[in-house]
Amino acid sequence: MGKVFRFGEDVNTDEIIPGRYNVTTDPKALADHCFFEVRPDFCKNVNSGDFIVAGENFGCGSSREHAPIAIKASGVKAVIAKSFARIFYRNCINIGLPIMISDELYDVIEDGDEIDVNLKEGKIKILKNGKELRSQRFPEFILKIIDAGGIVNFLKNHDIGELEDGI
Amino acid sequence: MGTIAEEIFSKKLSRDVSAGEIVLVDIDVTMSHDNTTPLAIKALRNTGKPLFDKNRVVVIFDHVQPPASVESATLQKEVLQFIKKEGIKNFFREGICHQVLVEKGFVLPGRVIIGGDSHTCTYGALGAFGTGVGSTDIGVSYATGKNWFRVPETFYFDVNGSFNKGVYPKDLILKIIGKVGARGATYKACEFGGETIENMALGDRLTLTNMAIEMGGKTGLIKTDKITENFLKSRGYPYQEIVPKDPNYEKVFEFNVDDLTPQLAVSPKVDNVYPVEKYEGTEVDEVFIGTCTNGRIEDLEIAARMFKGKKLSPLLKTIIVPASNEVYFEAMNRGYIKIFMDAGAMVCNPGCGPCIGRHQGVIAPGDRALTTMNRNFVGRMGSDKGEIIIASPATAAATALNGKITDPREVI
Repeated sequence: MGKVFRFGEDVNTDEIIPGRYNVTTDPKALADHCFFEVRPDFCKNVNSGDFIVAGENFGCGSSREHAPIAIKASGVKAVIAKSFARIFYRNCINIGLPIMISDELYDVIEDGDEIDVNLKEGKIKILKNGKELRSQRFPEFILKIIDAGGIVNFLKNHDIGELEDGI
Repeated sequence: MGTIAEEIFSKKLSRDVSAGEIVLVDIDVTMSHDNTTPLAIKALRNTGKPLFDKNRVVVIFDHVQPPASVESATLQKEVLQFIKKEGIKNFFREGICHQVLVEKGFVLPGRVIIGGDSHTCTYGALGAFGTGVGSTDIGVSYATGKNWFRVPETFYFDVNGSFNKGVYPKDLILKIIGKVGARGATYKACEFGGETIENMALGDRLTLTNMAIEMGGKTGLIKTDKITENFLKSRGYPYQEIVPKDPNYEKVFEFNVDDLTPQLAVSPKVDNVYPVEKYEGTEVDEVFIGTCTNGRIEDLEIAARMFKGKKLSPLLKTIIVPASNEVYFEAMNRGYIKIFMDAGAMVCNPGCGPCIGRHQGVIAPGDRALTTMNRNFVGRMGSDKGEIIIASPATAAATALNGKITDPREVI
């Protein structure tokens, strides 16, 4: 169970973490500047297990992995959006930041609402009304990466060719 | 058989592949820069695997070059240690990655290139499949020489007509993005064709493909032709033909540039596109001409022609950053650098310049910048209380001359 931070559409990587804060690879230091300018209350109030909910095209813009790293290190359990920008989507899968695609949640949720999420089953429960939503399923080979906790962990124990078995 | 994207992946895998398929392919070039390499090294180390092939790795220092803070100097030092330890020969600090890769012959038709930079989509102007990825994907290619892709569906942009005086390919791509929207082409390959593209110089083609990502595109692509061949052969690089064969496009957009006028993308989104007239007379605090979108010799030539013999107000920050040393040298030889400096512009060393918001022209709260960049996101150039407007080099130069937004057709 966690609190929802609701953002808008087309949230870009400069908003998630402006370029001038990409001066470190330390996840905690990046988390300190997550949404620093567009939503200064985020870093202060976010707790481990909270959620980000957004509209279309979340994470558009730069390829900077600092953005999903900052979100992950701030304790966010999952980002749930209508859609994700391509590079950001790959980056999340690769670093093991859970993302979910839901067409409905964004339109029925308010900032501060509480939800419960079952990542494995792709279920989202809205606590204030008990409503349950389902997220889109990932392709098999992406599930392999997610299950390993990211592509780096996958490669520790597997050859990249093994991904093809799920393709 | 298929779109340019399908052709490239089919050639690469020696079998017919079509849009929607997920493929694992050898990566011809893995590129990253000072901002994205540190995390890529971390990813490689965490896999526990050695660097697969150092000859297919290119590292460019361009984002904050030379380093402007202790933090960036420290990160760059770590990258230098990696380069030395691994014996990586393809390391450059002489301009923006996308320009340098094209100039040095890393971008060749049919190649699959990934870059730790979203504007890697630029390379399709030479019939290569280039796409931006994050640092972990760079680390994966470091460790394995491969990566996975979903072969994208293609949007085709059929562009016809001739540009009027004072109107440029940058105005065209802004117009296209304004129409398609910032997420209108998400995951898609954006193929540009038609008589306007066929007659377009390579440098201008790079401006178009560079901005495919600004409508969400996975890459921008243009079929190879005599212009591509001449460019590559004049530099002693190999050429092969990459053209669509009986392609099946998901969507076709038609544009005619006969009536196109200079365009602006105003803060805070790249698809907020309006004709320059709407904002004419608006005062600006900074004008920046450069970047991987518009820092090439063709772009500097436009500005030099307009600045020749003129004086710019010192109250305005006018910043010019050639995209690479090669461009800088050519601009020097042609006398452009002298023209810029005589006019009172500040000419900085090749690299990304103020586009990354960390040096060479950071904007203050309340500043309005008119730039030739590809993004106008809040906070990108410095203060989040500043404003960024994107335009062609001609509109930027005309604006610098007057200190307020100016239609270049009135000045040229």
